[in-house]
Formats: sequence, C-alpha cells, structure tokens
Amino acid sequence: MLKLEARPQPSKLMSLVSPLVALVLTALLAALLFAALDKDPVKGLAIFFVEPLNGVRAITEVLLKATPLIVIALGLAVCYRSNVWNIGAEGQFLLGALAGGGTALWLTTHGFVLPRFVSLPLVLAAGMLGGMAWAAIVALLRDRFNASEILVSLMLVYVAQQLVNYLVFGPWKDPAGFNFPQTKTFDASTWLPALVDKTRLHVGFLVALALVGAMWVFMFRSYKGFQLQVGGLAPAAARYAGFSARGSLWTALMISGALAGLAGAMEAAGPLRQLTPHISTGLGFTAIIVVFVGRLHPVGIAFAGVLLSMMLIGGELGQSRLGLPNALTGVFQGLLLVLLLACDTLIHYRVKLGSGLKSAH
Amino acid sequence: MDAIALLIAAALLAGTPLALAGLGLLINERAGVLNLGAEGMMLVAAVAGFATALSTGSDLLAFAAGAAAGAALALCFGALVIWLNTNQYATGLAVSLFGYGFSAFVGVAYVGKKLAERPPFDLPGLGAIPVLGPALFRQHWMVYATMVLTAAMIWYLYKSRSGLVLRAIGESPESAHALGYKVRLIRLAAVCVGGALCGVAGAFLSVVYAPLWVEGLTAGRGWIALALTTFATWRPIRVLLGAYLFGGVTMLQFALQGEGVQIASQFLAMLPYIATIVVLALISRNAAFIRVNMPASLGKPFHPGT
Repeated sequence: MLKLEARPQPSKLMSLVSPLVALVLTALLAALLFAALDKDPVKGLAIFFVEPLNGVRAITEVLLKATPLIVIALGLAVCYRSNVWNIGAEGQFLLGALAGGGTALWLTTHGFVLPRFVSLPLVLAAGMLGGMAWAAIVALLRDRFNASEILVSLMLVYVAQQLVNYLVFGPWKDPAGFNFPQTKTFDASTWLPALVDKTRLHVGFLVALALVGAMWVFMFRSYKGFQLQVGGLAPAAARYAGFSARGSLWTALMISGALAGLAGAMEAAGPLRQLTPHISTGLGFTAIIVVFVGRLHPVGIAFAGVLLSMMLIGGELGQSRLGLPNALTGVFQGLLLVLLLACDTLIHYRVKLGSGLKSAH
Repeated sequence: MDAIALLIAAALLAGTPLALAGLGLLINERAGVLNLGAEGMMLVAAVAGFATALSTGSDLLAFAAGAAAGAALALCFGALVIWLNTNQYATGLAVSLFGYGFSAFVGVAYVGKKLAERPPFDLPGLGAIPVLGPALFRQHWMVYATMVLTAAMIWYLYKSRSGLVLRAIGESPESAHALGYKVRLIRLAAVCVGGALCGVAGAFLSVVYAPLWVEGLTAGRGWIALALTTFATWRPIRVLLGAYLFGGVTMLQFALQGEGVQIASQFLAMLPYIATIVVLALISRNAAFIRVNMPASLGKPFHPGT
C-alpha cells in the first residue's frame, strides 16, 4: 500500500515541480475530454496552449488579460501568506472599477479634459481607494466582530455586483445609449495609453511588472512583510515577538483591496473605456488560482498569470473555432487547482511503498 | 393576512435548500471538516438533478441524482483533505471553482429547457384551512422531509452512539483515535453524507424552487449555508430555523416589490447577502461563545501517527 512519510523539511524542488505536474495532468484530462467530445485532442490542446501565443497581436491579448490577474493575485498572495482568507477579490475589483470608472465618467460628463498625467493618477487612485473600502469592511468585521473573512468577503462580491447593476442600469446609464445598461464612453484623456501600437495592450502591463518587483521587495526584504509571514506561519511566535495580529490583518487586506481595486480601475480605463454589467468575467476568482499556481511568489504569479490568461483566451478561441462551450475554461481552471493541491502533497510528504504502522517523524 | 401566509409559505420553500445544505455542512463540521466546496457541490448536483428530472420526470430520482453527484464531488474533496492533508480552505475553494465551471459546461445543454408542469401540492384536508393552509400545507414533500430530517439529525447527534463518536472526532480526533475509532474513515463518511445533502439541496433548487437551470443557479446559497452553521452554533434545529429566516429575507424582496415599495430592485437583491454579513458579525462577536460551541478540531487535519 502507498504510504505518506513526512519529509523533515518541505521540498523546494517539489514546490516548483508540482505546478508543472498538475499542468501536464490537466492537459491529459483535457485531451481525454476533447476526445470524448469528438474533437481532435491535439487541435484542442493547441487552441489552449499554442494558439494564444501565435503572433504579436495574440501575445498582446494574452498579456492584456494577464495584467489584472497578476495585479489581483499579488495582493491575494500577501493575504494568504498572512493566513487571511480573502476570497472576495472579485468584489474589490468591481468596486475599483466603479470608483475608477466613476471618476473617469465624472470627468467626462463634466467636460474636464485634463492632461493624462493628471487624470490617470486620479482614476487609478480612486480605484485603489474603492477596492480598499470594500476590503476594509472585511477587515473591520473580522477585527471588531470576529466574523469569518471568507464568508464576508464572498458575500460582498454579490453585493458589489448588484451595486454595479444598480449604477449602470440606473443613475450612470448613458442617456444617449438607446437604453442599454452602459455608461457613456470615457473621454480619451482618461484612457490608459497603448503599449504596443494598434493593439489593446496598455501601460497597465508595465504597472503589473513593476508591482511584481515591488511585491518581491515587500515580501522578502521588508520588516513589515516579514511580520506578516511570521503571523501566517506561526501565530504564536508572532504574538511572542510582539507583532500585532490586528495590524497584519489590516495591512494584508488593505494591500489586496488596493491592488484588486487598481486592477479594476485599469480594466475600466484600459480595454473597457466604459462601465457595463459585465465588467468582470470572474477575474477575481481566477486570480486565486493564479496565486496558488504561482506558489504565492511574485515572480511565479507573473508566469501563472500569463498561463491562466492563455487558458481564458483559449476558451474563447475554442468557442469560436471548435464550437466548444466557453465554460470549458472554468472546468480546466478548477481541475488545475484541484490537481495542484493534490500534487502539493509531495512537497511535505514522500510517497513510500509500505504496509506497516510505521509512524513518520 | 393572505400576504403574510404567502410570505411564510415562500420562506419555507426558499429556506428548504438552505436547511438541507446547512444540515449537510453541520455533519461535516461536527466531524471536524470545513467544507468550502459546498457551492460547487450544489451546482453540479443542480445540473445532475435537472437533467434527471427532465428525462425521467421523477423528483425522487432527481434528488437521488443530485445526492450522488454531491457525494461524488465530496468524496474527491474528502480524499484530498483527509488522506493527502491538503489545506481545507484551498481545497474547498478549488472544489467550488471546479463545480462552477463543470456545472456551467455540462449545463449548456439544459439552459432554457423547461420541466413538465407539476400538479399543485396540497396536503389533503389541511391545505383548505384558511391562512394556515396556504402558509404551511401546500408545499413540496421535500419541505416536510427536511423537517423530519432535522429531527432525525438531532436524534442521531445527541441520542445515538454513532453520533456521539462523530462529535468526539470533531472535538478531539486524537482521543477518538486512541480509543480505536477509524477517524479518517468516519470523517470521509461524514464528508460524503454532507456532500449528498448539499446535492439534494442543489437538485431542489433546480427542480422545485427555480425550476430551471442557468449558470451559477445557486447564487451563493452554498456559502450562506456555511454561514448558517455558525449562526446555528452547530445545532440542527437552529440550522432549520435560521434557514427559514434567510428564506424569508430572500423572499421579502419579492413581497416588497409586490407591495410597490420604491427601492431599486438591485438593493433588494442585496438583502440576503447583507443579512448574512450582519447576522454573522452579530453572532461571531462573542469570540468565547463561538469557541465553546465550535467543534474544537474544525479545519485542522488529522494524521494518525504524527
């Protein structure tokens, strides 16, 4: 019988190998699923893992979609490292889009055409504040009322979506929009400038890369980042060292709220340029998978963000080219995370052939 | 009076899936396992139940299919968290995300399909009583079955030997293990039963409550059911009553709209979620009270021999 034997120390190698194994297993299951659906498995896999990188234009689309995933995931990594289970980044993202997009809309409807170096910081800062405000509710209720951050942050996703619906169906609806639930298109002075000409990729991608670097410094070279991690790994040790658990809770949630909000504002001022009920397609939830595939490490998250973005675009391509339901992406995403968690067992345990009651030490 | 009777009836109907899922999660948590995958299990079961009802026309078979789907997903979840010691939060979340995607994928074929019209439910004789009749006695049989199930669960947890063992495992798996109980097997069984009940809840939503299938049909009810176990301080009767209360809040929006209250429908749609947050905060406020009532090993893995 197979037996798990605890490793004396977590294996660093396995923590890098595990996502790759999980990815290969996901691809194998995907191939089986394609075969079951009477589609050519090779063609199907190519749609998900090769086609999205075929040509400059395709690559810019992948990076465009990876941008919010990376930015949100960086914030979530701080939360999960400090053992704060914020699973409502989707809601913080929506509030960021509302606050940032709302600012752009206000500038537009009031006829303020400011230079970009003034208007863009305003829009992005508003987005960060919006995300932080939403995360602050979670932090406050956890801190003062001991309420589970998992449930509160998730419930707030539904509230946020209804708030979006209210605004775009109601007060913010474009009066000249033939009654469609959407706002006016923002003035061009609030758009994020394109990074590559004639594509949708915007400078937000550079912001995401800069944040990867900043987050690495924060996590591994700053005292506050160290405190947060100790609090997550060994709460008792953190308490003994005098690190404030409440401080860590607030810091983690404010950082992840700000980053999710920033991602939302960048979506609004980037590819969307207006607000609709469909601001997000579940990016805040996909980002959770990005965090785990990226090993809660900023650099890993950058790569994982690109991978999951490829899968999202692959789903769209599969729909248009092979007639597969777009929901297939969700199946693969979920499978990837489940398989990854299973493979992660290898980080802490060795698999041994054996029978006995031999205990692991 | 009639409006109130209808609201009560609606609360019982809307509360039933919450109660079923809540009781399932209660079993999980009493054994020490926190199942964040409930939403995913309910969604997959909702599709399975809807497909079965569509092809067989039998509610009973639809619930059975839902239970099987929920239990199958729960088995995967249980194997991961109980044998491979994966993180319960992350694994549950993964199951929820997978369930969302998988149900959306399988459910594509069922969007827009309609189930056959069913005869109105009416307990013979009792349904004709004024006010009380429409409020209480014109429900689907599963509504009454859920009440019976609650009573059965109270008996099981507090009066049966097996229920005592289950609670002991939730409080102290080490002691139960030392007494020779197969902690991991019993936990797995509890997880599967819990998943099956979440599955029945999902099938009830798609077959009786909605009755239709759309992507994300459960709309967070799996998570509300999770919150419900905390509100109920892990007691079955309070799960049932809490579920009816939340069912009532869900239905209040339609009642208010019917009365012509001038509030944007989106704010009314927020009500169940805001109510969950508010009640959760009020109940959790007293940390000591929660600690005393919560199964002590909740969320903690148990690995014999370490």
